[in-house]
Amino acid sequence: MADVVLKNVRKSFGRARVIHGVDLDVKDGEFLVFVGPSGCGKSTLLRLIAGLEDITSGDLFIGGQRVNDLAPAKRGIAMVFQSYALYPHMSVYDNMAFGLELAKSSKAQIDAKVREAARMLQIENLLDRKPRQLSGGQRQRVAIGRAIVRDPKVFLFDEPLSNLDAALRVQTRIEIAKLHTDTRATMIYVTHDQVEAMTLADRIVVLNAGRIEQVGTPLELYHRPANLFVAGFLGSPQMNFITCVVSHVGSDGVQVQLPNAGMITVPVSSDGVRVGETVTLGIRPDHVKVSAQGTLTGRIELVEELGENHLLYVDFGKDRHLTIREPGDARHGIGQEVSLSLAPESCHLFKDSGEALPLIAPTGTPMARSPSPATSAA
Amino acid sequence: MKALTRIGFWLLVVAIGLFSIFPFYYAVISSFRSGSDLFKVAYRPERLDFSNYIAVFERQPFGTNIFNSVVVAGSVVALSLGLGITAAYAFGRIRFRGRSLLLMTILTVSMFPQVAVLSGMFELIRSFGLYNTLPGLILANLMLTLPFTIWVLTTFMRELPKEIEEAAFVDGATPWIVVRRVFLPLMMPAAVTTGLLAFIVSWNEFLFALTFTLTNEQRTVPPAIALMSGSTAYELPWGTIMAASVIVTVPIIALVLIFQRKIVAGLTAGAVKG
Repeated sequence: MADVVLKNVRKSFGRARVIHGVDLDVKDGEFLVFVGPSGCGKSTLLRLIAGLEDITSGDLFIGGQRVNDLAPAKRGIAMVFQSYALYPHMSVYDNMAFGLELAKSSKAQIDAKVREAARMLQIENLLDRKPRQLSGGQRQRVAIGRAIVRDPKVFLFDEPLSNLDAALRVQTRIEIAKLHTDTRATMIYVTHDQVEAMTLADRIVVLNAGRIEQVGTPLELYHRPANLFVAGFLGSPQMNFITCVVSHVGSDGVQVQLPNAGMITVPVSSDGVRVGETVTLGIRPDHVKVSAQGTLTGRIELVEELGENHLLYVDFGKDRHLTIREPGDARHGIGQEVSLSLAPESCHLFKDSGEALPLIAPTGTPMARSPSPATSAA
Repeated sequence: MKALTRIGFWLLVVAIGLFSIFPFYYAVISSFRSGSDLFKVAYRPERLDFSNYIAVFERQPFGTNIFNSVVVAGSVVALSLGLGITAAYAFGRIRFRGRSLLLMTILTVSMFPQVAVLSGMFELIRSFGLYNTLPGLILANLMLTLPFTIWVLTTFMRELPKEIEEAAFVDGATPWIVVRRVFLPLMMPAAVTTGLLAFIVSWNEFLFALTFTLTNEQRTVPPAIALMSGSTAYELPWGTIMAASVIVTVPIIALVLIFQRKIVAGLTAGAVKG
């Protein structure tokens, strides 16, 4: 068990800077997930923690010890790779025992640990097989087993589920969550899959172009994204963005003029935004409702039925589009004019810089977008 | 028409088979004949006469020659593979300045014909005090085998997934353990193939062996056979030469047959993923 602390960690490959000064505090026993688009540096950050890449500058502490110059094996970590990275010529048993053998554990100790891990992962009957005789899901279990037997302080997962098919992915995801509950070890998990991030994480770190955009619990990030990037990245279908102009700033919020439509007052503090400035209004597809007297009207371009809910794609003039998600089957057809209302309390306003305007708390005092202290680290 | 194509195909196979096997077959039947019989054209063995085989060992230290060949070829294979695999790890896995320049240099070494380096190599071996010794031949033969060993093994090493190596590092392996316990088993087919090629090159090597040895006791088989003399200076002892040739061909055939499966695996490995 250990915490992981990154202090102004930077990484360059030659001239190319990949990680631009990351500060992060992973608590003991926490499940932290790195998400971000491909090339955002999330895997690199994980490899820096693992010790597979050298840190260009900054400090990395695991369990209070500075580990910048320690070899991966000495850091008390175990890593599960996307491609499983099992040793093809060794049996499942030997794959799991290899690390312990190198650590000069006794035969009996190795045997006990390997069998215990195999029992946990239900791969006891596979111990004599070679990796090529296993299915993808079984290989991934062996890879996880190899990590477990090392008794690491920190588990590192590099997109462990992306090579599995959908059903197996859900199953293995649940198993990883269970593993975390059972071991209470610190886990750092890299994924580009939002569902994995939302379901597994105690806290999510959203990365973009080598910088942390926001750190927070899944729901904090979902409900109160700190900026346009996080707002657009989390949630599927994506949050709707409408460019509009500030028409009034008051104590009850900021009023904006929607294009081709009415006004809407969003309960956020102005944070220096003045009347006439351009801002971006964001609203998730679930918070737009088809209603008799809506703020804006548009024409349905496309309907997608998903069974439990349906998606409407509405065009409200000059190539401006809105996605709406409503429960059940669609009650509207393509080409139909609909009136839409936006729930003001579910709207987000983003300044030109992309930063979100902070919410006004019921008492009228501005509240931080994300209560997590880690946000300051971003 | 279909039958004709099949017949044509098998005729071609037989022709190719005859073309490659006939010389060896002729050597075998010649080795069982002696005296003036040798100079008559015959395609079938008339009788089994082992006198040539006995003569090979009686008239010269042929046993020593075979032993020398085994020592030289064996050492060359061991050294080529040892150096080749470690060099392949460096070339395939570690980024360092001048890596491709060094690889190209190694390739360049194998471009020179043996004759071109002969005098230089002679001086080198003389200055090391290795003239007329087996280590001298081993050193010279390494020049022939190391370049292709390193190139083939480097190419093979590059194909091995990097994650396996990284997983081993996380497991606490040093680079040496990675090479020995993870990469070596995976590279076995390639190592067997290159090792066998190195053995054949070294076993058949003639020019260096001829130049860098002086006495018959230090010679390997090829120059020993070439320098066999008959009772007079005007007679070539064809029977003994043929017997000697058959004797030294057998180990190579045996080795190829033993490692056949591995060689095929090695030659095609990396062609298709999986």
